[in-house]
Amino acid sequence: MRHEGLGDLARALKANTLPILLTLSFFAAGAYAAEGVPTAGTMPWWGWPLALFITCFLLGIVAVPSGVGGGVLFVPIVGGFFPFHLDFVRGAGLLVALASALAAGPSLLRGGLADLRLALPMAVLASASAIAGAMVGLAIPANIVQIALGLTILGIVILMASAKKSEFPEVRAPDSLSAALAIHGVFHDAARNQKINWQVHRTAKGLLLFLGIGFLAGMFGMGAGWANVPVLNLLMGAPLKVSAGTSSFILTLVDSSAAWIYINKGAVLAIVAVPSVIGMMLGATIGARLLHVLKASVVRRMVISLLLFAGLRALLKGLGIWV
Amino acid sequence: MENDKHISPEQELYATLLGWGGRAGLLILVISFLAYLLSWIPAHVALDKLHEVWTLPLAQYLAQTQTPTGWHWLGLVANGDFASLIGIAILCGVSLVCLLAVIPIYARRGDWIYVVLCVAALAIQLLAASGKLGVGH
Repeated sequence: MRHEGLGDLARALKANTLPILLTLSFFAAGAYAAEGVPTAGTMPWWGWPLALFITCFLLGIVAVPSGVGGGVLFVPIVGGFFPFHLDFVRGAGLLVALASALAAGPSLLRGGLADLRLALPMAVLASASAIAGAMVGLAIPANIVQIALGLTILGIVILMASAKKSEFPEVRAPDSLSAALAIHGVFHDAARNQKINWQVHRTAKGLLLFLGIGFLAGMFGMGAGWANVPVLNLLMGAPLKVSAGTSSFILTLVDSSAAWIYINKGAVLAIVAVPSVIGMMLGATIGARLLHVLKASVVRRMVISLLLFAGLRALLKGLGIWV
Repeated sequence: MENDKHISPEQELYATLLGWGGRAGLLILVISFLAYLLSWIPAHVALDKLHEVWTLPLAQYLAQTQTPTGWHWLGLVANGDFASLIGIAILCGVSLVCLLAVIPIYARRGDWIYVVLCVAALAIQLLAASGKLGVGH
């Protein structure tokens, strides 16, 4: 039995070498950067943007199989372990999430996995609150934002670790608001090779939650797929694939409205934003190709561990304990 | 199975414009950033001085580098660090074009709720982009 157990462990390790190596490299890089070696003064100016590009490339690889957006990984990890001020990291984080959403948006819309009628009401409210979140985030001291970010990331870890998913939630009847807005649709599920008719309920509650989600997205410069998907899927009853696709599309509107605030305030530095955007998009392309090779559940657990580490780092940094 | 996708004409148009706008923005972003990185065009803040200021809180960074806020960066667009913002502005602004384009489709169908929603989304994007919203540190 003992040999069988060891054999299983060896097989699991072998099958998941890449995600394990990726995660270990993140932890090592994080600890290394947190120790301040090399410091901003000893590394040539191009060293940090290069490190940023490589980090975002690796984040992009794990973001797709783990089912989280790159934006939610970017802000706590880059904010915690790179020398850039959190204001610039949040500005870049929004652009990373926006660029990823823009890249995926057209095919999601054409494939029926993102639905314009479902997205627009949510996006209007979330965009407005994202502006408010961005303004508040840029107005309060960085250490307060760090503490709030750390607590939010730890909340996301709990949500990711505990939230259930429902591929095809049962919605017996649409609520009056979704009926008035005619929010329903049909999508072709390639995995089952069948057409799925869907409708939603609890629309008013969903709209209220999107107000809060938009605020958090603007304040912390994160994409908000981690929150959009559970609200659309578990609360409103949209199929999981439609929820994920529509969530990504909603980000094109929410993140752009918040990003304008960061741009106009001068909080977007090209040297931070552009390597991040390009690295994340290249990594996501590889991640999408590795989707069938990597074991999604293992990658997801490792990303949760990574977020836990980054969330604790943000919290301790904000509290002045681990600066 | 293409015919089974049940995509509305406005969603199809939105997807097309979003795709083109996103690609154009990324292309301009990459070209302008390369020109900046390879010093083909000058920089407002020298590349080798950036590490001295990117650690600063925003207000201090703006004061120390004399970086303007709002749309005044357009006046410095000959510099690589601001030229890159053109691609970023296109990425942020592409949704404006998409929203504007689908309004007539909803209007022709008499779908006035979605006309209002699109106008509201447009107004919010324009307000955010205007640079008129006071933000302070």
